Amino acid sequence: MTNATRPVHTAPTFAQGVWLISNREISARLRSRSFLIATGILLLLSMASVIVGSIVSQNPSLTKVAVVGTALGVVEQTEAFDIVEADTVADAEALVRAGTVDAAVVPSTNADSRLGITVIALDSAPREVLGTLSVSPDLKILDPAQQDGFLAYLVAIGFGIIFLMSATTFGATIAQSVVEEKQTRIVEILMSTISVRALLAGKVLGNSLMAFGQIVSIGLLVSIGLAVTGQRVLLAEVGPAIVWFAVFFAFGFVLLAALYAATASMVSRQEDVGSATSPVLFLVMIPYFMVVFFNDNPFVLAIMSYVPFSAPVGMPVRIFLGQAEWWEPVLSLVVLALSTMVVIVIGSRIYSNALLRMGARVSLREALHR
Amino acid sequence: MLDIRGVNKRYGMREVLTDVSFTVADGRMTGFVGANGAGKTTTMRIILGVLSPDSGTVLIDGVPVTASDRRRFGYMPEERGLYPKMKVAEQLVYLARLHGLSPASARRNTADLLERLGLGERARDTVESLSLGNQQRAQIAAALVHDPEFLVLDEPFSGLDPLAVEVVMSVLAGFAAQGAPVLFSSHQLDIVERLCDDLVIIADGEIRANGSRDALREQHGSPRFEIRTAGDTGWIRTVPGITVIDFDGDFAVFEAETDTASQDVLHRAVALGAVHTFSQQRPTLATIFKEVTS
Repeated sequence: MTNATRPVHTAPTFAQGVWLISNREISARLRSRSFLIATGILLLLSMASVIVGSIVSQNPSLTKVAVVGTALGVVEQTEAFDIVEADTVADAEALVRAGTVDAAVVPSTNADSRLGITVIALDSAPREVLGTLSVSPDLKILDPAQQDGFLAYLVAIGFGIIFLMSATTFGATIAQSVVEEKQTRIVEILMSTISVRALLAGKVLGNSLMAFGQIVSIGLLVSIGLAVTGQRVLLAEVGPAIVWFAVFFAFGFVLLAALYAATASMVSRQEDVGSATSPVLFLVMIPYFMVVFFNDNPFVLAIMSYVPFSAPVGMPVRIFLGQAEWWEPVLSLVVLALSTMVVIVIGSRIYSNALLRMGARVSLREALHR
Repeated sequence: MLDIRGVNKRYGMREVLTDVSFTVADGRMTGFVGANGAGKTTTMRIILGVLSPDSGTVLIDGVPVTASDRRRFGYMPEERGLYPKMKVAEQLVYLARLHGLSPASARRNTADLLERLGLGERARDTVESLSLGNQQRAQIAAALVHDPEFLVLDEPFSGLDPLAVEVVMSVLAGFAAQGAPVLFSSHQLDIVERLCDDLVIIADGEIRANGSRDALREQHGSPRFEIRTAGDTGWIRTVPGITVIDFDGDFAVFEAETDTASQDVLHRAVALGAVHTFSQQRPTLATIFKEVTS
């Protein structure tokens, strides 16, 4: 009984173990009805936002104006109006009163009139008509804003919401699955089979793939939606930001997933998951509120775009706004990747120290102790 | 052969295991007995590598066990654990594959084992939909599905109905019969008594007794005899070298100072008339347990 040779055992490698674990995570998610419903809602919401956007941004029909006599030449030049010709000024006034046209443009009776026309409106100055017919001085903008403010706001909030929803959905999922394993004690069987690190890596990988898949499908859906509804110009502007968002999200989510797994491993019951992971939830909410409040503040956005937790939202918004130099997303991505690695190392230590401790919540100090 | 040598473990200031050493021999069912908190679960976790000892080693055939060796172990933790929402068969295939089996042999083993444990028809049900007894059977299947070469089972019989106990006993005995070392803990001493070949008794983190069941019985055997005859047994009192412990008409329990004294009683009894029983009292496991742990 002292022969040192043992039968060759086909133990799975680290990578195979990680793969098996992550596959189980993915199939468990795909089978969960609540997950499928939540994903469906998120996809519907993003689709709806594109459609609503397209309806709102559709060019409104041309303003109708009644034109009399010599005024016609001036009005025709602008090509900005739907012209209804009237024979007399009285006829034109009648059309205005009837609401058939928004305003009437008639030859001026005032000899000093510079333009030689008079605009007649019902109850207030028709700003659009006046603006179009007015003579403007030459304009030179030194530092043109690249995006319309309202659109920028929408895009920023869109990234913020998608990040918040995806991160919290999958973060909560990974936290629950960690506690499920701990609560049912299957973790003992798993730990006796594969390394704790492979277990953590598999869970993070599986859930990150799902989260990333969700982000990519939202990105694709929005892009296709923009193309189909004829908002190609907008697509060209938002497209690069969406791609960067997906890349940042991939790294950012791995970081959050490791944090969720580590904090969840400190408790033993599903009821305690919420309170244990609330610090992480807080970290996820910060970028959302920051973009809501500071999307027009380049300085705050610049800081956000480098802080690892908010970079997945901050940097794409800055790219969309044209505030970021080409090297900035790369640098920020490096910062994010490095901090992700650090968090994984710390997280896996907490995870492996806390997994077997049942009952009361494990304190952070105990969990970090070797 | 599985060797546990000089294992120590402490949690903070509390010493949980002190110099724990014992052997689980090939093809032997080894019962691991101890009160709650005596250190059984901790010892088993250390054998499985789920916990690491402060000092001491676990050896397979004299060689320290490695992480990949541990995949050859079948382990059933004390607190039952399976994914509640996963289907039974799917779960077993998953665990078998984690232990390094190919998809095909994982599926074959799963079907086989579920059939043997009487769970064949529940293969496609989720674990949470099974009765407690059936969940327990699924748990045992989880420990066996990857053709382990060693079995370590923490309280495999707790929560089982008598029928399931028989099924599990026969599965485990079959396993040992193939030459695998089997270590199982239980607080149901009668089951351990029936099932085990060897016995390890632990109390307060120390091994108190360790050896084959029969040797332990011998060691802790008392010089007591029981006799039941056709007539009155009052005369036994007068035999030299005999102390009567209990007496009730035709029945008596006595202690003999020597073997000849006890044989003397038997000769006389036979001369007086019919003898229905004459036997040496064997200590039950409960008696031995009480003796070594007190």
